[in-house]
Amino acid sequence: MSPLLKRILLVIPTLLLVSMGIFSLLAILPGDPVTAILGLEATPEAALALRAQLGLDDPLYLQYAHWLWGVLHGDLGRSFIDRTPVMDVLMQRLPVTIELAVGSFAVGILIAVPAGIMAAVRPRGIANYVSTLVALFGMSVPHFWLGMMFIILFAVKLGWLPASGYVPFTEDWRGNLAAMCMPMLATGLRESAILMRMVRSSLLEVLNEDYIRTAFSKGLKDWQVVIGHALRNALIPVVTASGLMVSVLLGGLVITESIFGIPGMGKMIVDAIFQRDYVMVQGGVLAAALMVVIVNLVVDVLYTIIDPRIEK
Amino acid sequence: MDQTITKTADTASDTAIALPRQQRFTGLRRFAGNRLAVVGAAIIFFLILIAIFAPLLATNDPIFDQDYSNLLSGPDAVHWMGTDDLGRDIFSRMLYGARISLQAAMIAVGLAFCTGVPIGIASGYFRGFWDEWIVMRVVDALQAFPPLILALALAAALGGGFYNAMVAVGIGFAPAFIRLARGQAMSIRNLDYVMAARSVGVGHMRIMWRYVLPNAMAPLVIQATFAMGSAIIAEAGLSYLGLGAKPEDPSWGSMLHIAQGYLNTNPTLALWPGVAIFAVVLGFNLLGDGIREVFDPKLYR
Repeated sequence: MSPLLKRILLVIPTLLLVSMGIFSLLAILPGDPVTAILGLEATPEAALALRAQLGLDDPLYLQYAHWLWGVLHGDLGRSFIDRTPVMDVLMQRLPVTIELAVGSFAVGILIAVPAGIMAAVRPRGIANYVSTLVALFGMSVPHFWLGMMFIILFAVKLGWLPASGYVPFTEDWRGNLAAMCMPMLATGLRESAILMRMVRSSLLEVLNEDYIRTAFSKGLKDWQVVIGHALRNALIPVVTASGLMVSVLLGGLVITESIFGIPGMGKMIVDAIFQRDYVMVQGGVLAAALMVVIVNLVVDVLYTIIDPRIEK
Repeated sequence: MDQTITKTADTASDTAIALPRQQRFTGLRRFAGNRLAVVGAAIIFFLILIAIFAPLLATNDPIFDQDYSNLLSGPDAVHWMGTDDLGRDIFSRMLYGARISLQAAMIAVGLAFCTGVPIGIASGYFRGFWDEWIVMRVVDALQAFPPLILALALAAALGGGFYNAMVAVGIGFAPAFIRLARGQAMSIRNLDYVMAARSVGVGHMRIMWRYVLPNAMAPLVIQATFAMGSAIIAEAGLSYLGLGAKPEDPSWGSMLHIAQGYLNTNPTLALWPGVAIFAVVLGFNLLGDGIREVFDPKLYR
């Protein structure tokens, strides 16, 4: 079997296990959906009837099959609190988080690639030392604290940007970007630190290869060799690694959204935990895991396309 | 690989004595030659000292001494870093915060290491059905969850609180250790000395314990060092959200949680805990880089 096909097929057991994990999460979470829906004053008869109606008397594997069937049809259940379908809420929240994630990642790439190139090309230059130190700083600083410092500096002291107050992009794109740029910067700086170290070490390795020496000996200029010959190969491992970083990024956004009051998926999960709205938690966690699996699959597939050496 | 590793592997004392003087402590010397690594080690050492001696160094009790006449005061002679919204001394809370952070790192990384490494080693050593279809599939599934979101969900399931939160973070970290240990074991199992041990009839358990584990240790220790920093950030993040340490506990994350309400009026409240987290995580990252250079001479040129 070709490695690519194997990679794609292996997603199936992973997703099955993920779904089982998420289903059992709801089963072990404290709180009973029946009391959540009917309230504490419900008569025992009504509670029993609802239990039967919700299928809570069925054996666990049947409940799981039921739930999975629903999930596959886009039915993630209804909120314990206000009975809105979880899917509707997710569809509202997900684009916000995706915008934030893409923005943070863009910030990361825009800083990391030029800085990484400079550091790799002149290993004894000042750029290497500065970017190494900045990368260490970026990897060590808690991004949510950086976000708070941004609020103090840009919102409180300078008054340039709003500390919170999200507006949808379609309504007012300026207001949207104004509210989103601090969180994107706070999360993106951390990404850039990790990416920059990767770009640097990967480029350093490639620059030692024979074909680079050949390129130099042809009389090409430094930048021609780096941009035209080295960078393409050097970025391949960086692309795979950035797939893995999606998971860290999504986790980080949970806190970022809470600090800046951005109504994304992360804030939805946190709020739902505090409201004990566990169906909502379940939906959010499922969406996050799905995103990670899909992004990594896409990255791996792209990887074999970009680099034909992989599939021999 | 290199000498430092094999030295710890077996008969450490014999080889150490047999080596010429210049070659002894090469790892230690290489470490000491890396100034940043020494700074990292110093930061961690300092953190441990503060954590141990917090009760002696603190001027006030971090939770119960509430100076109601001095709420949210700036730094002065009595309260060196000022007071918080309940008049608690921030300096004392910062000192006790070192304890919580260090505990968080040890619980989470300890759990991830002690569960992940044996599973990974055994899985990579034996290979086969269990490795491919059970262990790796579970690892894949666990890694589909963003660690912090997994920790959030598990912390909610386990009922919140500091220890549950750190167990949750530890579970989120374990897959990385499994993968790393498995990869190491997979390459070591084919080496000559393992074959030699097998051929004279050494049992699998003993081989894994005496030959595979010691030689797989270096990257695992490096990974653990970096994970310590991540665990401290995770603890602070969860406590900031209110799902880790209780708000009154002197955790640096909880202190940021309180500070969030006063960003407009008392921005310094948010300053100290963040600086402390940053310094400690930087310490672990520098230490990790330093250890990596010791174990990987290829990097060290």
